[in-house]
Amino acid sequence: MTKVKLEAQDVSLEYRQPRTGNRTLALDRVSLSIADGEFVSIVGPSGCGKTTFLTVVDGLIPASGGRIVVDGVEVNKPGPDRALVFQDASLLPWRTVLKNVCYGLECAGVKAAEAGQRAQRFIDMVGLSGFENHYPYELSGGMQQRVNLARALVVDPKILLMDEPFAALDAQTREFMQEELLRIRFEAGKTVLFITHQIDEAIFLSDRVIVFSARPGRVKATIKIDLERPRKLPLKRDPRFHAYEDQIWTLIHDEAVEAAQAP
Amino acid sequence: MQRTGAQLRVLQRLPQGGTGFATLCREWSAGRQTLVIGAAALLLFALAWEAVADLALVDPLFISSPSRIAVVAWQSLGDRDFWRDVKVSSSEFLSGYAAAILVGVPLGLATGWYRRLNYLLGPSIDMLNAVPRVTFLPIIVVWFGIGIWSKFAVVFLGAVIPIIISTQSGVRTNEARFLAVARSFGATPLKLFTSIILPGTVPFIFTGLKFGAGRALLGVVVGELYASIAGVGHMIAEAGNSFQTDTLFFGVLLFTGTGLAITIGLDRVEKHFDRWRPEGGGRR
Repeated sequence: MTKVKLEAQDVSLEYRQPRTGNRTLALDRVSLSIADGEFVSIVGPSGCGKTTFLTVVDGLIPASGGRIVVDGVEVNKPGPDRALVFQDASLLPWRTVLKNVCYGLECAGVKAAEAGQRAQRFIDMVGLSGFENHYPYELSGGMQQRVNLARALVVDPKILLMDEPFAALDAQTREFMQEELLRIRFEAGKTVLFITHQIDEAIFLSDRVIVFSARPGRVKATIKIDLERPRKLPLKRDPRFHAYEDQIWTLIHDEAVEAAQAP
Repeated sequence: MQRTGAQLRVLQRLPQGGTGFATLCREWSAGRQTLVIGAAALLLFALAWEAVADLALVDPLFISSPSRIAVVAWQSLGDRDFWRDVKVSSSEFLSGYAAAILVGVPLGLATGWYRRLNYLLGPSIDMLNAVPRVTFLPIIVVWFGIGIWSKFAVVFLGAVIPIIISTQSGVRTNEARFLAVARSFGATPLKLFTSIILPGTVPFIFTGLKFGAGRALLGVVVGELYASIAGVGHMIAEAGNSFQTDTLFFGVLLFTGTGLAITIGLDRVEKHFDRWRPEGGGRR
């Protein structure tokens, strides 16, 4: 067993709806651990709190109970060891591609010249050379997500937290980006926690897939994906791939039905 | 990728065959429709005005005429009193407007960001916004006299309110997701302000500056009409009192030109700050 990179210990989150005053339990004692260099995905029915869990891991929302531990140290606010890849690319529209990628470095106080050089390396890595001086509105959705990814990678985090980054892309672009992500991840050598509602995406990318229950989010099952790497898209036609799909689909389906029938 | 506005405009202007002079004219005017139509309408109006006055359909004493105004304008260029008036009015405008920007933008940013500061100052700002600021003119004259300072005060009061209010709403409409990006990357409060709040607010600041410029100009005119010893507004008032309609209209046109120049100038600067935004349908 390799070294544990990230550990969530009994993480709970209860929040109060400001308008109605109702208390909602979004996460219920979530415990999981991710090894160094591992790619782990969380899937679950919509509204199960998987995105919320990711924001808690990033430190944007404090947990109401439990602990998040990175490399043996408890964390409770955003830090340079974790970088979030946002769901809607959330690029700053008034910054060029280069300046967007530099953003995290600027926040960390890195000098402009050095930041530019480091950013350039990751712009090249995500395949956007030549677009450095474009503004976000001039890019397609897929290109914006590449910038989003480069912006997170450039700060050299230990763990990459990815929040359904391909959800808004069309089917072809999404599959292409999945392959690209595996390549980039391999080059950058990062531990990844990936949130998605797409089962095939989770299997294709991950070493392990964690299935969340319907709200409140709990770890329902963990499935190890024993498929060789490097993976290419034709793998999705493999019978073993389909077997994993069936298994996870059934797990989520049960939850979704239960959630729909709940009062 | 989307076509930029410029590309589209080029596409629309593709030659429609032929190379004759008429075609050239057509091509030239096709891309400048607003300019051509607008200028033609103004020219037509000026000609009609001139005709009505020259044919004495209405006594030129009442309506003057473009040619008469032009003569006055030409004579004024060599008139020292005229230049003194221009200087007085410009300094009233510039000083009051500049002070309004220097106070209004920071105050708008601060009240937009700090909730409690807004609780403190919001009601006063709303009240000042509700009342036409020229209402204060009599008391301002009591306090500051009929010289340049009373005009400075009324210009400042007129311009500062729209600048504050617009800046404030710009800060408040900042998108939560950009704030999350900044927090996720561990931005300091100062960095958060300069990298997220300020750039997101710039378009709103410009809206405030444009409204403010109009109000500032209004302040100069009304202030000088009400009580003054010099200025272009003073010149208009004097001309009106002595039935010098040519001079009066010249003064009015001066203010019109100034207002237009300020708006166009601000638009230019705004475009520079706004180059990250796609050209919207409303702009063209």
